[in-house]
Amino acid sequence: MLTAAIFVPIIASVGFAILPRGRTAGPGAERRVQVLATVISALPLVLVAASWLGFRGTGAFEQVEAVDWIPTLGIGYRVGVDGLSLPLAAMTAVVFVVAIAFPVDLRGRPVPYFALMLFLEGISIGLFLALDLFLFFVFWDVSLVAMYFLIGAWGHGDAQRSALKFFLYTFAGSLPLLLAILGLYLVTEPRTFDMAQIIRQQPLPAGSPYAILVFIGFFIGFAIKTPLVPVHTWLPPAHVDAPGPASAILAGVLLKMGTYGFVRILMAMMPDTWAQLSLPIAILAVVAIVYGALVALAQTNLKRAIAYTSVNHMGYVILGLAVAGAAVTGQEAARAIALTGATVEMVAHGLITGGLFLVSGAILARGGTYEMDEYGGLLTRARSLTGLTAVLAFASLGLPGLAGFVAEIQVFVGTLAIYPVLAGVGLLGIVITAALFLRMLQKLFLGSLPERWRSFPDLTRVETAGLGLLVFLVVLIGVAPAWLLGVVDSFAGPFVGRP
Amino acid sequence: MTGQATMATMVTDVLPEIVLVAGGVLVLLYALLAPRRLQGGAAVVAMLVAVAALTVALAMLPGTELVTFFGTYARDRTALWAKIIVLAATVAVIGLSAPWFRRDPRHGEYYTLLLFSSLGAILLAGATDLKELVVAMLLSSATGFVLSAYHRRSSQAAEAAIKYYLIGALANSAMLFGVALLFGLAGSTTLGGLAAGLPSDGGLALVIGVGLVVVGLAFKIGAVPAHAWVPDVAQGAPAPVAAFVTTVPKVGGFIFLARFVIALPPDAAGWQPLVAVLAAATMTLGNLACLWQDDLRRLLGWSAVSQTGYGLMAVVALGSSDLAVPALLFFLLAYVLGNLAAFGVVVELRGRTALADVAGIGERRPALTAALAISFLSFIGVPPLNGFVAKLLLFLVAIQVGYAWLAVAAAVNTVVSIFYYVRVLAPAYFGRPAGTVAVLGRPAASATFAAAAAVVVTGVAAEPFVAAFAAAGLVIR
Repeated sequence: MLTAAIFVPIIASVGFAILPRGRTAGPGAERRVQVLATVISALPLVLVAASWLGFRGTGAFEQVEAVDWIPTLGIGYRVGVDGLSLPLAAMTAVVFVVAIAFPVDLRGRPVPYFALMLFLEGISIGLFLALDLFLFFVFWDVSLVAMYFLIGAWGHGDAQRSALKFFLYTFAGSLPLLLAILGLYLVTEPRTFDMAQIIRQQPLPAGSPYAILVFIGFFIGFAIKTPLVPVHTWLPPAHVDAPGPASAILAGVLLKMGTYGFVRILMAMMPDTWAQLSLPIAILAVVAIVYGALVALAQTNLKRAIAYTSVNHMGYVILGLAVAGAAVTGQEAARAIALTGATVEMVAHGLITGGLFLVSGAILARGGTYEMDEYGGLLTRARSLTGLTAVLAFASLGLPGLAGFVAEIQVFVGTLAIYPVLAGVGLLGIVITAALFLRMLQKLFLGSLPERWRSFPDLTRVETAGLGLLVFLVVLIGVAPAWLLGVVDSFAGPFVGRP
Repeated sequence: MTGQATMATMVTDVLPEIVLVAGGVLVLLYALLAPRRLQGGAAVVAMLVAVAALTVALAMLPGTELVTFFGTYARDRTALWAKIIVLAATVAVIGLSAPWFRRDPRHGEYYTLLLFSSLGAILLAGATDLKELVVAMLLSSATGFVLSAYHRRSSQAAEAAIKYYLIGALANSAMLFGVALLFGLAGSTTLGGLAAGLPSDGGLALVIGVGLVVVGLAFKIGAVPAHAWVPDVAQGAPAPVAAFVTTVPKVGGFIFLARFVIALPPDAAGWQPLVAVLAAATMTLGNLACLWQDDLRRLLGWSAVSQTGYGLMAVVALGSSDLAVPALLFFLLAYVLGNLAAFGVVVELRGRTALADVAGIGERRPALTAALAISFLSFIGVPPLNGFVAKLLLFLVAIQVGYAWLAVAAAVNTVVSIFYYVRVLAPAYFGRPAGTVAVLGRPAASATFAAAAAVVVTGVAAEPFVAAFAAAGLVIR
């Protein structure tokens, strides 16, 4: 079932690629292709939902599907779920359905666009479900290539340059990751890429220079993808120049690959080294929180501002992870809360920021610019746009009752118990983002309506439905999070060794 | 080597070679007797010969591994796999050549040269004797020079061939001098004899002897310091020949280099750091030269140089890692297939080679552009293409034998390489086509697509190859 969720969209994308060209020209055909792609993209969501219903929360990997791939090297095709990967896979499936259904300027090339989006959907779900380091890395790298083509071919502005910067930068991150995977593989006994076995073996105790080097390799690889300050500079141009749905995927899904890697691989396989370094990592996270928020505040470009809030939000995730992995005995409960908070933040950020990037795509399609100063008073013209954007913005700044709050409160509760000073500094970030989002809402929707936006159209039905689905989930997680927290906690509790 | 080896049993050890010799003569006779309009038939005959030799080599895989012909020739699975790669590449090059040379009225003997050149590479892969090395090198080089200059009236081809020849002559004579030195030190020219007879305190003479032989082999595989011919030949030689000389001789050269280094006394000549430095220099130089290249064929030539640098990482690990031989063989497989696909695209585009010519071909020729993209992404090492598995194995063995710095150097170079591969792919996909894109024809397209498909298949289904390569021995006595 999990395998089907990964390969249905991938196989469909290959089918799209060899579709006869004559049948896909013209606006009517573009719509048909989009409807077909949306239907296909919903299949993995159904399959992941089914997997959620069958999930028992034992703390171990469930629903494992495994076959040998390159047994000579200990490589297998292994997928499965636990309380960490299941919510992320589900969030990925949701964001992809909305992004694929969302209107976008196809530049007369609908088929390759939807083929790439479906392909990327399968790859992304696969990455979160992979239980083999080799398979994980395959998905990791392929996602870069697919995103490169999405930005390069359908982006705007200096799209090719941004795409190249994205590709070079993140590929530069994936190579230390590969070297670290190999370094870790070489010390396993018997040699294997099987994640579950490596976690059981704990092959690399802390202390040796070798362990530090492997740790640094992993850390650089994941930090670039997350991205952590100071290796975040690929993110703003890539986000700004990507088409709206692609930046929703980039922020909502691809960034989570980095944070997911931190937990799944680095913390699980080298917990001692992580514990030794958890304070520096936490400080780095707080720097990202404050820096991301401040730089976002200084932006006049809507998309760039949202992009920098991603740096800020990923800072919360890393802070939660640093706290969760700290070696403080007797604080297992606090560490588990921080880990749960970080995981929920990954899910919440995917839904919220994915939604905000779709909003910015919708605004660009109508107004032709991302400059917030060009707009104003849109409330009177576009009520659904205003309403949905407002909910997403409030969720992003951490208003109680919405998903972001559930995540951030847990991260900060955990941090207060372990690193109280850092928690205090980190709270600054929340204050700044609050100012930033309020200013953004004010500039876009309040004030007087410039003459040229007299006929500013509101969201279409498809856009409203897509954003509505995201907002619904954001509110649901905010108001009644138990169904999600239970699943995440089935992973977080055993992970920190809470009795 | 078995005691009761008779001439008759020894002959069965070199069946693919015999098929190639006889087949080459057959093609030559055909070319002499056939009228001009039927010269193209020589391609068919040559293709059949190469396929026959390939079949024989495949059939020999289950046999025992030994050194035959009195310690001078290895019949092990490493050599057999090298033969298989060489012959498969030769088949593909014949497919590329047939439409390319269609209008040449006397191209029948071209295929004889091609077969003999493959034979040279195959002999290199099996040689366990320095004198045999010399013979194989000369056979492979001499045919390569002529093949490169096959377009007699093209000044570019002549220039490439002269450069190829001059560097080759220099490298080959250096190698001869090295062979003489080693013979003097060990009292034997067989690798088994070297392993037993070379004094571990051979001093300067040993270092110079080893160094000179390595220079000769560096010429063959296109590594620093004898790499300078590669970009010129890639650009100036007929495109199918460029596909051939940047792949086939390299296979033979790499395998002999592997046999040679394991015959040396451990660490006496310092060969491990020597090869590691050559590897780093080769990959870096090839990469940097690629960066602002505006000629696709020249870019492929320099990228072939940088790929050689990656391959040398496996040689560094020989003798200290159980995965070194599979890493080397898998690298050769991936490199040869990827390079054939890339040069195949150039051939299919009728040799057009300016970077501006590829703009927008993604829209006009989607399949051909996909072949180019697959080959380039495989060179970069993007999974699940075979270039990724190759790089994974190369990084793995380098880290395993304590040469992590070499793996890091290769990783940095890989990032740099993205830049120039994307400089071709981005206009191909995002650019606007200037007009119609003329192509050469079916045999060339089939060979190109087969190579590109093999890049994908051997990457996704790598296990049979990894397992087979892991079971391949590298015997020298």
